[in-house]
Amino acid sequence: MDFDLDVLLRAWPLLVQGFWFTIQITVIAALGGLVLGTLLAMARLSRFKTLSTVVGAYVNAVRSVPLLLVIFWFYFLVPFIAAWLTGASRPVEIKPITSCVVTFIMFEACYFCEIMRAGIQSIPSGQMAAGRALGMGYWTMMSNIVLPQALRNMLPILLSQTIVLFQDISLVSVLSIKDFFGAADFVAKRDGRPHEMYLAVAIVYLIACFTLSRGVKKLQRRIAIVR
Amino acid sequence: MYNWNWSVLWSPSADGASSYLGTLGFGLAWTLVVGLSAWCIALALGTVVGIARTIPAGKIARLADGYVEVLRSIPLIVQMFLWFYVAPDFLPDAAASAVKAWDRYNVLAAILCLALFTSARIAEQVRAGIQSIPTGQSNAAKAMGMETAQVYRHVLLPVAFRRVIPALTNEFVNIIKNTSVAFTIAVVELMAATRSMQEMTFQPFEAFTAATAIYLAVNLTAVKVMSMIEKSTRIPGYGHSGR
Repeated sequence: MDFDLDVLLRAWPLLVQGFWFTIQITVIAALGGLVLGTLLAMARLSRFKTLSTVVGAYVNAVRSVPLLLVIFWFYFLVPFIAAWLTGASRPVEIKPITSCVVTFIMFEACYFCEIMRAGIQSIPSGQMAAGRALGMGYWTMMSNIVLPQALRNMLPILLSQTIVLFQDISLVSVLSIKDFFGAADFVAKRDGRPHEMYLAVAIVYLIACFTLSRGVKKLQRRIAIVR
Repeated sequence: MYNWNWSVLWSPSADGASSYLGTLGFGLAWTLVVGLSAWCIALALGTVVGIARTIPAGKIARLADGYVEVLRSIPLIVQMFLWFYVAPDFLPDAAASAVKAWDRYNVLAAILCLALFTSARIAEQVRAGIQSIPTGQSNAAKAMGMETAQVYRHVLLPVAFRRVIPALTNEFVNIIKNTSVAFTIAVVELMAATRSMQEMTFQPFEAFTAATAIYLAVNLTAVKVMSMIEKSTRIPGYGHSGR
């Protein structure tokens, strides 16, 4: 087997671009997913039966089908949703990156929802009773008492899930999007150099994820001491 | 705006072999073949690696830790491509060309890839299961004169396995979902069948809805079966959560 480093050097700009794309989507999807996921978690725990049932069904359905299927669902669905929102009569043409962002926010929200639900439930109910006794409304109590603690308790799990998300972004390459893996795959097929490209991608992911998960473990230990 | 047409499911498929529902059925069969084969290997390998991570002998435990860390840090699709495009070239030349000429190598690559990928996750669960048992139990077993192997065989593993069943259920559902990534190396499993139906009929939402329903049904069945296993293996009087 021959291994040509020159191939990597020539592909470098494209790879850097792809890596940057992957990081951008990771950050946007993680933040969007966290906000939406927290709202979904509150809806799941809500006393309005219909709301919690509908949200529960959505979250469970997304969590039990493959991410690839979710990606294809939204890839075809988003043009119709956009048409419905704008009142257009035909499906709106959507850039792949937009559909990619929407997909990952909607997908990640379901996983973050379950994490945040556990986080909210981990706060002793006495605190909520105390909040209510002080005359706080639902939103005041949630944003000032429950959510800050829930977020803090769940931070290591949320970050671990974000590392998984960072790896999962690689699946958008099936839509011919040039994320980090997609860019490498493009070069591998164009130049006929699968060995160099796939091994390089694997090594970069390995180093990145290993470092990140080390960081999360350290953070976990620090939080554990404080509590 | 979108013309629903559920009858495409019963109309003859493009390859003429059956209806589109049949196409999805074949896809499901391949998903189950790949998923279940990979699951058996993953369970055996994951158990061994998981146990290795808990034994006091430093070197083996660290090697097992490294195995888990590497397999968890590389995205599944990258591992799939490494097995399919790169791995054969590490073999001797004659074997490499034989493997490349074999038209079912993609299925083997998918099975090996999913088996190793999942074994790392199972190893993590098995390790956690063993370490959740109070050290007093293994110390007591040693005090009674058991060898390390006997401590594992008679004291630690019977409890650890029961404790990890819920986590294993999760991993089983994951391996079925992850089998979909094999479609990127042209294994005609459920995701690939869904895609071909969508491309041939131009009815994406019928195809996706059907695939979603099938995945939900398979996963629900898996959860039911596993909870039956959990109930039937429960130790009487040992508490509901196995504590």
